[in-house]
Parts: sequence; C-alpha cells; structure tokens
Amino acid sequence: MIEFHGVEKEFPGRGGGAAVKALDGIDLNIGRGEIFGIIGRSGAGKSTLIRVVNMLERPTSGRVTVAGIDMNALDAAGLRAARRGIGMIFQHFNLLSSRTVYDNVALPLELAGLKRSEIRAKVEPLLDLVGLSDKRDRYPAELSGGQKQRVGIARALSSEPKVLLCDEATSALDPETTTSILRLLADINAKLGLTIVLITHEMAVIKEICHRVAVMEAGRVIEQGDVFDVFTAPRHPTTRSFVSSVVGAELPDTLVERLSAEPLPGGNPVLRITFKGALANTPIISQLTRRFGLDLNILHGRIDHIQGAPFGTLVVEAVGSAEAVQAAITFINVNNLSVEVLGHVPANLRAVG
Amino acid sequence: MSQQIFELLVNATIETLYMVGLAGLLGTLMGLPLGVLLATSGRGELLQNLTFNRVAGLLVNATRSTPFIILVVAIIPFTRLIAGTSIGTTAAIVPLTVAAVPFIARLVEGAIREVDHGLIEAAHTMGATPLQIITKILLPEALPAIVLGLTLAAVSLIGYSAMVGAVGGGGLGDLGIRYGYQRFLPEVMAAVVLVLIVLVQLVQSLGEWIARRVNKRSIVS
Repeated sequence: MIEFHGVEKEFPGRGGGAAVKALDGIDLNIGRGEIFGIIGRSGAGKSTLIRVVNMLERPTSGRVTVAGIDMNALDAAGLRAARRGIGMIFQHFNLLSSRTVYDNVALPLELAGLKRSEIRAKVEPLLDLVGLSDKRDRYPAELSGGQKQRVGIARALSSEPKVLLCDEATSALDPETTTSILRLLADINAKLGLTIVLITHEMAVIKEICHRVAVMEAGRVIEQGDVFDVFTAPRHPTTRSFVSSVVGAELPDTLVERLSAEPLPGGNPVLRITFKGALANTPIISQLTRRFGLDLNILHGRIDHIQGAPFGTLVVEAVGSAEAVQAAITFINVNNLSVEVLGHVPANLRAVG
Repeated sequence: MSQQIFELLVNATIETLYMVGLAGLLGTLMGLPLGVLLATSGRGELLQNLTFNRVAGLLVNATRSTPFIILVVAIIPFTRLIAGTSIGTTAAIVPLTVAAVPFIARLVEGAIREVDHGLIEAAHTMGATPLQIITKILLPEALPAIVLGLTLAAVSLIGYSAMVGAVGGGGLGDLGIRYGYQRFLPEVMAAVVLVLIVLVQLVQSLGEWIARRVNKRSIVS
C-alpha cells in the first residue's frame, strides 16, 4: 500500500551549519490493511518519515508511492486529490477552535465541495463510530484530550481514506485514554480494512496494536519485522532497550550484583528460560523437577501477551548436581525453548524478583 | 450650554462617526486582504512571494511612520484626485483611509500569524487549496484577534479624525480646536472631550463584546 524506495531527506543546517540528514536511505513496504508502527527516539527521523507519505515533507531523493501513485510526481491538484485518500491525526489534534465537533468532522467534506445533505450523511455515522454523537455541537475547548483525538480520528476518516497516518497520536494522552484510542484505531482497522501507519516513541503502543514494526535510529530503519518477532528476539541494541521498557526482561539490580561469571564452590547456576507462543504453555518447571530431581528457585519472571501470543522469561536458580543441570539444559533446548546460563550465585541466595 | 453649541456638538459627533465609520470600512476592505497577503507571503508560508512581501512591507512601514498630520497634507494631490476636492469632511476620509489600511493590515497580519501552524498542516492533509486555507482556517481562527485589532483601529481613527480640521474636515476635534481653544470656550472643549471619551468607551466595549462572542477557545461550560 505504501512503499518507500531509497528515500532521503536533508534539512539545511541552522545558521549555515552542516545539513542534517533526517532520512538516510529508507526502504519500507507497508501492506494493505496492516497496522504498521514506526518507533524511534526523538530525532530518529520517524516524524519526517510519516510526513513524506503525504508530502508534508518532500524527500530530497527517492520515491514514495501510496496505492501505486508516486506522490512526489504529482502536481498541486493531483496531490490535493491524493491527500484526500490519506487521513492524518496529530499529537496536538489540530482541531479548529472556531468550529464545533460536527463542523470539524465536516471540514474535509466541505473542502471537497460536498452538499450539506451529503456531509450530514457521512458525518453522523462517524460521530457514532467514535462515540461522540452527544458532543456534536460542542467546541474543542469543551472536550478532554481523548475526546479531541476522537474528533481528529472522525475528521481524518470523513473523506473515506485508504490510509490513516498517526503522528504521535497518543503521546499527549494519559495511559488510560491512550488505551481507548488505540482500541478505537484497532477497531477501525478491523472494520474498515484501513491501513494504519503510526509513529511513536512508546513501545507499549506498538505492542498494543501493531502488526509489524520498524525501529528507526539516525534516519535509518535499523530493524523491522512482525511485532512478536521483534519483541521476542530483538537484534539491535536500541531495539533491545525499547523492548525491555515494556517486556521487563532486565534483571533486578540486587540479583545482577550477586551474579558471578565463574561457577562458585557450593553455588548454583542461574538459568534464563524464554517461552514463546504456544510453547509458553509447556509445564517446564515441574517437568525439570520430576525428571532431573532439580530444585528450581524462581528469582525473576514475567509472562506477557504480545499480539495475543504469550511470551515470557523465567530466571531460576537450579539447585542440583552439575550433570542434572546439564541434562536439564539439553532437555529445555530439545523442547524448543531457549535457555541461557546467566551466571552463578552463592547457595544462600533467596528469591529477589 | 446654548442651543447653538449643542447643535454644533451633535453635528460634529455625526461628522466624526461618518468619517471614522467610512474610513474604517474602507480601511478594513483594503487592509484585511493586504494583511492576509502580508501574513501568507513570507518565507515558508502559504503563498510565499518574497518580493511582494518586502515591497508591501516597506510601503506599509512608510505610511505608518509618517505622522498623521503630515500624511494629511502630503497626500493632498491624491485626495483631490479621489474626492474631487482636498477640503472638507468627505475629503478627509481619504487620508484617514490611507492611514487605516496599513494599520489594519499589520493588525490582521499579526492575528493570522498567531494561528497555530498545525492547523494549516492539517488543512493541507485534507487537500485544501490555499484559498480554502485562508477562508476556512486562517480567517475564522484569527477572527477574535481580528475583531480586537479592528477595535483598536477604530479607536485610533477617532483620534486621527481630530486632526483633519487642518484641511477643513469637520468633526469633534475640529470643534474643540475652533470653539474650545481659539474662541476660549472651555465648556465646549470639556464637552468635546467628554463625547470622545464616551465614544471610545462604546467602541471598545462593543469590540470586546463581539470578540468574546466569536472566541470559542475559552468556553465556560
């Protein structure tokens, strides 16, 4: 649906300084009907990336196509027509303070020159969809942040676009409102088959609704893939730090302090067992105990659900003979769960996680 | 106060309202579009045209930096060209308008520049034309500030209109100078000042009331 081919964008440096490369050779393919997340820290270029889709920023080089149309090749009138097929919502909503909820949603249709009756026929169901029918004659100043974003969504949908761009759409909202807006977006995606591209600096947003994700840093896409894969096996350090912010794979400091790389006399190894998808349901702990006579002391653990599939890590201290521990590790690997020895702890360590 | 003086006062008030009203109206008709063009022709703006922006800006500044009393006299030939005469109340509307246009243009420009750039961007994403952005976004959003600007312009015009006695224009200022000052009639001067104060107060209150009515940004629900 949306394709980036070698897209570059340079901004002239401030005060005669060197030019800043906001996008550095972006190649991406966003499929029809998917929710595609782009995550990165501020200044990574994600905002520029989403803005070249509808040519709010013109790429310095490269090509962007939306539904097969080369956006950069369009003339002014062609671009206006193409933009009507691409809705956009913003961090700060960008609603007209001088217009009511109804009139804000009606604006794109007014701009397109529709008749009053046609406008009403389109706006009213949209207000229903976003749950704001009772606020239709209110002004934005009378609404909460979440309600304003709902108006923004209804407005973006009024021209029946095929693509919805979300520019940090939930960053100005509290967590609860964020969840409700994300639910609404997922709902719209399912109901209307709309392709949604969203940029965010919050991994939780990606985890909540995205199907695929691209991680950006310094104007490049450093990692991309299905959300579940990226969350369960992040490759790039930046991705790992994003993932750990929501999955909580980091060990508690008190445990890290006691870990030693070398085996300790009378100490025990510490294992991290990672569960993925259907395998997360394996009763591995009790199996290890029964089969190998190991005592497993759970130090830290977490089971999460990403895109409806469970994913978890369990950090355990394995108390038993070295042979038994080795056999257990082999057994875990054979069962397609991944395991790594994090280190060793003195025997008297009690659970801290 | 004699009947005669009272009639003079009423006439002078009507003349002032006539001059200020017409100059204000003409000034708005020309100053509003000029202000819009000034605001939208700058670098990176909707209708970027730097040459126009610079030339128009220069003309506006030149007019605004000329003291009004000098302007009145300096443009007498132009006044004669437009009004057929350079003397009298109607003729005085010409310099008043010439002073009002750049003043209003700058006020409108300022009001439009205050509109959040995000709204213009949002309008672009909806496929709005530049003209639609001006009429559907910029002007409605800037309306409260524009109304307050026009109020300020009207008050200034009332002040300017006091000077057109120099070219035979009538009005309250002229009455005050000729009767209150030159004929030593302090009660006329006092009456003129009083009427001016009331007039300015009324214009200001009316402007603020309208501005509040059209401002939907801070609504007490």
